[in-house]
Amino acid sequence: MLQQNVAPTAAEVSNRGLKRRLRLGERFIEGWIFLAGLLAIVVLLGIIFILLKEGLPIFTHTPPWEFLFGTKWYPVSDPPTFGIAPFFVSTLMITLISTVVAVPIGVACAAYLSEVAPPKVNDIVKPIIEILAGIPSVMMGFIGLALLSPFVQSLFHLNTGLCGLTAAIMLSLMSLPIIVSVSEDAMHAVPREFKEASYALGATKWETIWHVCIPSALSGIAAAVMLGVGRAIGETMTVLMVAGGALAVPASPTDPMTTMTSAIASGIGNAVRGGLQYQALFAVGLILFILTLAVNIIAERVLERQKRKFAR
Amino acid sequence: MFKSIKKWLLPLTLILVLAFTFAGCSTNSTPTATGPTSTAPTTTTPALSGSFKIIGSNTVTPLSAVWAENFMKANKEVSIAISGPGSGVGIASLIDGTTDVCQSSRLITSKEIDQAKAKGVNPYEIQVASDALSVVVNPSNPVSELTIAQLSAIYTNKITNWKEVGGNDAAIVVMARDTNSGTHVFFKEHVVQMAGLPTVDKTLEYGNKVLMLPSTEEGVSQVASNPNAIFYAGLGYLNDTVKAIAVKKTANDPAVKPSVATALDGTYPISRPLLYYTNGAPTGVIKAYIDYCLSAVGQQEVLASGFVPLKK
Repeated sequence: MLQQNVAPTAAEVSNRGLKRRLRLGERFIEGWIFLAGLLAIVVLLGIIFILLKEGLPIFTHTPPWEFLFGTKWYPVSDPPTFGIAPFFVSTLMITLISTVVAVPIGVACAAYLSEVAPPKVNDIVKPIIEILAGIPSVMMGFIGLALLSPFVQSLFHLNTGLCGLTAAIMLSLMSLPIIVSVSEDAMHAVPREFKEASYALGATKWETIWHVCIPSALSGIAAAVMLGVGRAIGETMTVLMVAGGALAVPASPTDPMTTMTSAIASGIGNAVRGGLQYQALFAVGLILFILTLAVNIIAERVLERQKRKFAR
Repeated sequence: MFKSIKKWLLPLTLILVLAFTFAGCSTNSTPTATGPTSTAPTTTTPALSGSFKIIGSNTVTPLSAVWAENFMKANKEVSIAISGPGSGVGIASLIDGTTDVCQSSRLITSKEIDQAKAKGVNPYEIQVASDALSVVVNPSNPVSELTIAQLSAIYTNKITNWKEVGGNDAAIVVMARDTNSGTHVFFKEHVVQMAGLPTVDKTLEYGNKVLMLPSTEEGVSQVASNPNAIFYAGLGYLNDTVKAIAVKKTANDPAVKPSVATALDGTYPISRPLLYYTNGAPTGVIKAYIDYCLSAVGQQEVLASGFVPLKK
């Protein structure tokens, strides 16, 4: 396009003009990309700023210590009490269980797809797993309500199937596709020479997977697990629908419970902007944010150590 | 597969958004003449037009939906959007100026009025119907009547087994709505804290083992499938899958089943007003709508929806 426009004029002049224009274009695009990069940082800083601005004032009403370790959450009472220990414990419990359920299955599935399954099976199974990732969380909530909660109730002889365990199982199903997909990619990236060397030493397929593939792909698998944990911590709709919503600090996974995300979702609607409940829920969001940040930082450290070990 | 989905996601979303935008335009901006208002039973002023929002109570939503549908059928130029996340949400929206009409199943509190005044909003109250707040259990539950004191003890987790109130030896699964709900607040004041009874105790709160559910529908369907569950719902939500408890004001009073008749004559102890709130007295199309709701035709719809019409 540029050249066509410029072509009729004298060659030298056009060449100089073209260069100048290219330089201008280059600078424009550079600026554009720089702005795009900046936008992500600006949005992140904006979110942190808003969380701090809206959330911190609650600590003048409820001291941080009471807010974190208080076990009573009565936001619409007079006077209101804000203690988020039940939500904090519930979030940790549900995330832990869903990770414990999803990781072994996910990694085994990835190993099967990457090392064992014939290409035809692979072609069928992989898309199916990825479709699982696209199911909206509200539908997972419905499935949990209609199918899983009666099953959990009768299996463990509970009073109600709406409990943390049901939510954790649904969440593990939801994080499974990410774990499978990412760790399969990681195992696929293990150099062929590693596996061939293993087979040449007379190792069986299982030994090769367990002693060569999984250790070599461990950094990728760790990243997959962290992505799964992130999904489980942040998921809201499914948990809101099936976890039961009791306000007690859960003593066992089979108790009904409320996570931090579902506490925000079920309370933010009737919180008047700037009111105490509004501030308290933003503070819950702030703590949720710090929690996911911590997970990411730990993941980064683990990956770093893993890389150094392999570099040796 | 994953990547190909991602590649298509953006264009697809754009197309969908555009499609919906244009679809919206075509229905909103077609300059048709005023509808056949002569056939409409309600309109007194022809050529009403405009659109407004009703946000608030989950309980009132089915009733508002019927009214709005009839009103829009009679006045083709009017569009009414209704959502029912909970009375608290509606009142918060009215205070924040994000809704025109708030539907509520509880009275606005003095604190909320102060908040509204501070933001220049002047809540104007109109009672549009009444409701008998029904306590429901599974049809297989032998318990069929409870006193308000017993209900209070159940909802504060002081009574935890059905045999303590004359039922089977089974743990009670206590279910309530979340704090977004006007029913949650009304039930807390009038049943849990026993307002209007000699035993009134303003310090009582829902017990922390109570399941807080995000919608009335979910609670009713849980009660239908769980023989030991108890829940409360507006009269309009009663159906064959659940059994309504006959409520006694005190142990010496007669047990009264919730119904239109018992709510109208005042014998049912936990009936309540269903309200609309506007910013200042309603004008224009909103006034016409509310006039329709309060008219004889509108009040007939109240009865048809399972609620209690206003006394004439």
